[in-house]
Amino acid sequence: MPKITINGQGYDVPAGKTVLQVCLEQGIKIPYFCYHHKLSIAGNCRMCLVEVVGRPKLEISCNCPVQEGMEIKTDSPVVLEARKSVLEFILINHPLDCPICDQAGECKLQDQYFDHSAVPYRFREQKVQKPKAVPLGPLVVLDDERCILCTRCVRFCDEVPKAHEIALSERGDRSTIVTYGTEGMKNAYSLNTVDICPVGALTSRDFRFGKRVWFLSKTPSLCTGCSTGCNVWLDQERGVAYRYRPRENNDVNECWMCDEGRLTYKYINAPDRVVTPFARSPENRQWTRASWDTVLAQLRTILAQVSVAERAVVLSAQCSNEENFAWTRLVRETWAGARLFATRREYPNPSEDQILRHCDKNPNARALSEFGIHERYAGGARVLFVLDALTPEEIAAVQQTRPACVVLLTTNWGVHPDAVRWRPLTNVDAVIEQGGAADRLDTLKTDTLEAPTPDPYPWADFVLPLATVAEQCGTFVNVKGRVQRFERAMPSQAEARPAWAVAQHVATLEGRPLPWEDAAAILAAIGETVPSFQGITWEQVGEFGTLLNGTAVRQCVSA
Amino acid sequence: MEPILTKNWGKPHSRSIQTYLAQGGYATLKKMFQMSPEQVTEEAKRSGLRGRGGAGFPAGVKWGFVPKNTGKPIYLCINADESEPGTFKDRAILENDPHMLIEGVIIASYALGVRTAYQYIRGEFYRPWEMVEQAIAEAYQHGFLGQNICGSNFSLDFYQHRGAGAYICGEETGLIESLEGKRGMPRIKPPFPAVSGAFGCPTVVNNVETIAALPWILEHGGEAYAKIGVGKSTGTKLWSVSGHVNRPGVYEVPLGIPFKLFLEEYCGGVWKGRKLKAVIVGGSSVPVLTADEAFAVTLDYESLQGAGTFLGSGGMIIIDDQTSMVAALENLAVFYHHESCGQCTPCREGSGWVEKILHRLYHGEGRHEDLALLQDLADKMQGRTICALADALAMPVRSYVTKFRTEFEAFIREGRSPYPAPEWQG
Repeated sequence: MPKITINGQGYDVPAGKTVLQVCLEQGIKIPYFCYHHKLSIAGNCRMCLVEVVGRPKLEISCNCPVQEGMEIKTDSPVVLEARKSVLEFILINHPLDCPICDQAGECKLQDQYFDHSAVPYRFREQKVQKPKAVPLGPLVVLDDERCILCTRCVRFCDEVPKAHEIALSERGDRSTIVTYGTEGMKNAYSLNTVDICPVGALTSRDFRFGKRVWFLSKTPSLCTGCSTGCNVWLDQERGVAYRYRPRENNDVNECWMCDEGRLTYKYINAPDRVVTPFARSPENRQWTRASWDTVLAQLRTILAQVSVAERAVVLSAQCSNEENFAWTRLVRETWAGARLFATRREYPNPSEDQILRHCDKNPNARALSEFGIHERYAGGARVLFVLDALTPEEIAAVQQTRPACVVLLTTNWGVHPDAVRWRPLTNVDAVIEQGGAADRLDTLKTDTLEAPTPDPYPWADFVLPLATVAEQCGTFVNVKGRVQRFERAMPSQAEARPAWAVAQHVATLEGRPLPWEDAAAILAAIGETVPSFQGITWEQVGEFGTLLNGTAVRQCVSA
Repeated sequence: MEPILTKNWGKPHSRSIQTYLAQGGYATLKKMFQMSPEQVTEEAKRSGLRGRGGAGFPAGVKWGFVPKNTGKPIYLCINADESEPGTFKDRAILENDPHMLIEGVIIASYALGVRTAYQYIRGEFYRPWEMVEQAIAEAYQHGFLGQNICGSNFSLDFYQHRGAGAYICGEETGLIESLEGKRGMPRIKPPFPAVSGAFGCPTVVNNVETIAALPWILEHGGEAYAKIGVGKSTGTKLWSVSGHVNRPGVYEVPLGIPFKLFLEEYCGGVWKGRKLKAVIVGGSSVPVLTADEAFAVTLDYESLQGAGTFLGSGGMIIIDDQTSMVAALENLAVFYHHESCGQCTPCREGSGWVEKILHRLYHGEGRHEDLALLQDLADKMQGRTICALADALAMPVRSYVTKFRTEFEAFIREGRSPYPAPEWQG
């Protein structure tokens, strides 16, 4: 443990670390642009210069290993002056177009100018002209004039997806980021370059010009695009989801996520959301909007005519533990003798790689196994409750055996082409082929009060609005057995409800209410019932999740 | 003085191995194989030979930084990317006596335990590249390169790699990047090349002129070499002289001779009967000397450092009294701006800014605050980047503006130069 001095205070620090790492760990602020804790050291921005007493020149702290007896100054006049001068140099050819720049509000250059420089502009020459709005790939757009050439994006592509797709071209202040040939940036993780770009040079075609970032609220959530369970921030404003950004969790996704997962937020805003209950009109079997009260009254009548043995519930690997467990409890305790089935979304040729993408595109398949529910529905029920959706085989079984009543709880009518969750992007090539899929969904919501034609669910008798991951709390279990929490980011759209709340309504109809007040209470109940969940509580799951009992720790991502 | 590096220059077919052998070339190898590699290194240290590429670091000491027994191959890279404006002495060695260089490469490789050596040669040096290729082929034919050289257990391969036109590839880590086939940008240190250089292996990068001195040192002993020169500036140095002199060219002189003597005796004095105004002694990147300062120095590392400049690569540019220093500095700024690799912020942005100010100034639109701004930018560029290219612009800027301030001020005031337009501007 070398002993070093930083700004006059002594520290024992682990050998092999750099001055920057040590300072960041100790809460000593050193500004930087090119350094990224998950990428190799470039040392080019020169923003993190510090004074090492006894050395003739300032050193870049990002590449300066700590040594016994080292005396470091991060706030001496020469260091402060060097920061000012680096910022001045960076800004001379910068367009200074913050008012129209997408990055404004979350721009490191903007922040650091205010923190460390704030000097008047002395540059009175012609700026270097560079290209604007250059597409680097289907999803990423480059504004070359804003680029500070930190090369984070180049290093990311080289080191994480190992796709050597972009590079520096030209030299000096003519340097630009370019793609090799005409192929462009097609790797499945390209949008991470937008996250790590410290300035407004790389923008997401999906998000750019969509919203000033200071209007957005962020909520810790989970990507539902596959069973990896990448941790995300869900950014929303007034009930409209604008983007997912990776939330760092070194046990799951480090600080990355894949492009197709990132775009799955769109189903939350989709114009074809189911936001009120629908029931078939007795006259012509057309879908008509109904109230929850009407629907529940009808269900009560129907259930009274059917024995519990003729009832069945299809749980979904798309739904949370709490949603599935509430229905499990209803079936096993109130409807003893009714049957439970499991369904999941299945896609032809699902994308998969060794980094983050998993071929199982369901966020919660693992939990259904833990609950002991595997069987696929093949007919036999007279009253059938379905969570989320059915596969074509299961739909065929429903149509052949003709139950008296099928109740579908779902989020979307499943017809809108922009609701990416319904047309998964199996790879980025698909994005290119689909063209429009990458374009930002028009976030103006239309309250869908009429069912679309043709009828997407001819086999159902009720369609009930299910709250999305954005509108409820809950937990998923990822493919490696990690229980992870997602928080409620916004109020439910119109009358959408979590499936567990619907289970509670139905149980109440039957005179045996389920007791829970919230998802945390249900998770506690799961802990009392399911061995692998024993002792797992809402608090314990925390920000970064916890492993199911008996699950070995396994490294995720590139390691 | 007995010439060391230039002894075969001017002889008929001086490039050919026959001429070289006839002059006793490659004879030192027999002696060398009787010695241990450590003894050879010791001889180099004893000679006091300093790197002739510009930094002036003792060559034997540099070799000593290479870690032993890492299990990795050790590489030697000869830096023949001679690109510093005003410097053309390595080219003269390559063209006149490539075998002396090859013999030096064998000696250094033996001392370092190198099995593969590279010469990174400036891309524009097409003819010198061809000449060295020819010489390498001859050396292979005669058994001086390849397997079991001269019947010893020592084997060595020597390859040339041509650059693609970037000044920065003469910086040793930029050279290594380029040698590896990458974009030529200097690397951050640590790790230093001696620990992790070419292909992640220990690597020594030495200048052509440094290596070419080795056969003489081994033949005559390090002490004999150390007797030439003055103090810690041992041996002879090639000076490539250009500019306003009567006899431009490459001259080999012992270190430590007075500049005045060198100018008069060797270079034939300032041309056209004019007076000396300024001298760039060590390549365009070193601080300029005024005539008075120049006449007070001797041509060795210490004396020049004492005068606030550097011996550098020995690329001497003589500037007469009819030359505009504003034009000269503007010309240099164009070069360094053009050649900045662009990775470090102060160099990338500062070099362009300096050039734009000087360009405007030279075209009659100077402002009084420009001189202070130039000095300030020079201060903010120097010493804050990965390599010394920013310094290479900052040092001329600071020295020109300080030492010829009245000329700059007059230029700003009048909007034009009292001197005729330089020839490069037609």
